Amino acid sequence: MPGIVSRLRRAVGGDSDTTADTTGTDARPDGGTVTEGTRRERRGPIERVGQSLDDRFGGDFVESLPFWLPPFLLMGLFVYGAIVWNLLISLTDYQGFAQAPDYGNLDFEMYVRAATDSGVIDATINTFILIVAFTSATLVIGLALAILIDRGIRFENTFRTIYLLPMSLSFVVTAQFWLWMYNFNNGVVNIALGTFGIGPIDWIGNSSIVLWAVIFALVWQFSGYAMVVYLAGLRAIPSEHYEAAKVDGASTLRMYRRVIIPQLKGATISASVVLMVFALKAFDFLYSLVSNFRPPNGADILATKMVREAYSNQNWAFGAAIAIILFAMALSIIGPYLVYQYRRGNL
Amino acid sequence: MTDTDGETSVATDADSGGTASARTDGGTVTGRTGLRARLARVDAGRVGLYVTLLALVAFYMTPIETGLVTSFKTTQAVTETAPFALPGEGFTLEKWQTAFDVLIRGVGNSVLYAVPATIISALFGSLAAYGLTTTNLSGRYKVAVIAMFVAGIFIPYQAVLIPLTQFWSNVVPLDQLLGFVWALGINDDYVGIVELIVTHVAYGIPICTILFRSYYKNMSEEMIESARLDGASLRRVYRRIVLPLSTPMFAVVLIYQFTQIWNDLLFTLVLVATESSAAAPVVLILAGLGTSQEGTDFALRMAGAFLAALPTLAVYIAFGDEFAEGVAT
Repeated sequence: MPGIVSRLRRAVGGDSDTTADTTGTDARPDGGTVTEGTRRERRGPIERVGQSLDDRFGGDFVESLPFWLPPFLLMGLFVYGAIVWNLLISLTDYQGFAQAPDYGNLDFEMYVRAATDSGVIDATINTFILIVAFTSATLVIGLALAILIDRGIRFENTFRTIYLLPMSLSFVVTAQFWLWMYNFNNGVVNIALGTFGIGPIDWIGNSSIVLWAVIFALVWQFSGYAMVVYLAGLRAIPSEHYEAAKVDGASTLRMYRRVIIPQLKGATISASVVLMVFALKAFDFLYSLVSNFRPPNGADILATKMVREAYSNQNWAFGAAIAIILFAMALSIIGPYLVYQYRRGNL
Repeated sequence: MTDTDGETSVATDADSGGTASARTDGGTVTGRTGLRARLARVDAGRVGLYVTLLALVAFYMTPIETGLVTSFKTTQAVTETAPFALPGEGFTLEKWQTAFDVLIRGVGNSVLYAVPATIISALFGSLAAYGLTTTNLSGRYKVAVIAMFVAGIFIPYQAVLIPLTQFWSNVVPLDQLLGFVWALGINDDYVGIVELIVTHVAYGIPICTILFRSYYKNMSEEMIESARLDGASLRRVYRRIVLPLSTPMFAVVLIYQFTQIWNDLLFTLVLVATESSAAAPVVLILAGLGTSQEGTDFALRMAGAFLAALPTLAVYIAFGDEFAEGVAT
């Protein structure tokens, strides 16, 4: 990497070491010699282009390119290039085992098909339920955990580590655990409910319950994450605010509701964006529950529907159209978030 | 003399400050207070707090504990004992043995792509973050580039999946390009490993960049600025100042990124496809483990789940603080 960097920089004429070698006398003991004066004296067409680029995009533009441009291009190609390409594929009729789509005949047929397909509509509704229920439940539990942990308890780190532990596990692994927890005859959940005389309930097989069972398992996995984000937010609040509320005679509950929670807006926003995107990606969990592209009846979401249509049924263009719908949902979450971060000067 | 005085007064200040802060959080008093006084301070609310915390520990640990004890049970014991009870007489290591035999090649394959992809994406992230943070760039353009990095974190991978398949089969058919490697006797399924490395690096760059950027933003600017004024090039500043100071953040990013890549199923499903492939990663084999016509072998699945989770669990338990920092940023 440094080799490429230095060659690139030599090509644009900004390499300080070369300057030092040719001018000689200017060399300082620390080896770096470029001063504003020598920079302006650069000549030749490439140097002039470099200079005008620097003038336009900021003093270090050309010199900083080798650092951020290669990662940016790689990411840009795989993320933004691929999304544009996916949009293009969704306008074709690409299906079956053909090597590549035919880009000659583009139309919105696949989107019409998606809008009238009951499977897609059900998956969209399930995706909405998953996003809203999972995100709000995770935030509430995460906040409660953070407040409990922040009460100046002993073994704080141990408790925090245990609550965050599920987050370090793969969806594939947690799906195995919950499949066993939800087992009809021998699962912990049914045994626990059985002691209260409830059940047994077929959590995975009942199509009107399975989505809620999945949401519960995901909340278990990610509430530790919300806790960590809220904990960082709570620690950033000056302790005078707590004391002022105490002096005013506010009860603990009232203090949190009136003084502390309003100050956690930033933490809530960043945590909910991350959680919503996790929910959009819940594919891994649903796939692993059944080791199949078709998740349990009643738990199909757009993420699983898209992969199934494309990689199991070879309906590539249709899958691409569903992917664009999913992307639009993600964008409606990310877009406002980026604007919010920009306004706060966080970008 | 004056020096010593100054030091003592500072020390006393720090001491009293510490005690005061320990008391304001309403909690346990450490130090000279006697046992009786401490017991008197333990009020009902405090007991309730710890009971709640312990109940939550039970809630978060139950699925994991249940899985662990089940993995040591014979198939008969699985149905006859309570799922969370110890195996007792039905104890066996057979399921772990079977899971190990089936999964070990997957563990090797996962290491083969997770380790290089983690290191390369962290390096790229550090370089990009440095080039976009401490340098003098025009604000507008910089914000646009950074916004693209941030948005890149949140892209649902489904939106890039089909082009990704097309890219690796039609645009860059690595399978054919690496013909000379297969000629050496290496199974050509391993093309999937190479594809996974490049793919994970590309999609890991955004999060790594943003993590490093948040760190570089809070780094002391004075040292870098004075080095720049002395005429040091950007490359020199990076290698001599920024890179050495990045070590703690590298720990955070490497741990976070390793967990993400190791745990990912979707890309392996699309790029390697079948669990029977010689290059199948551990998550792919695990996803199909223990299912058959006769029903699910839960003990085997649990043993497999733990085996697959072992590397990430080990990393998490050893570096829990860094992991927490990585997810909180």
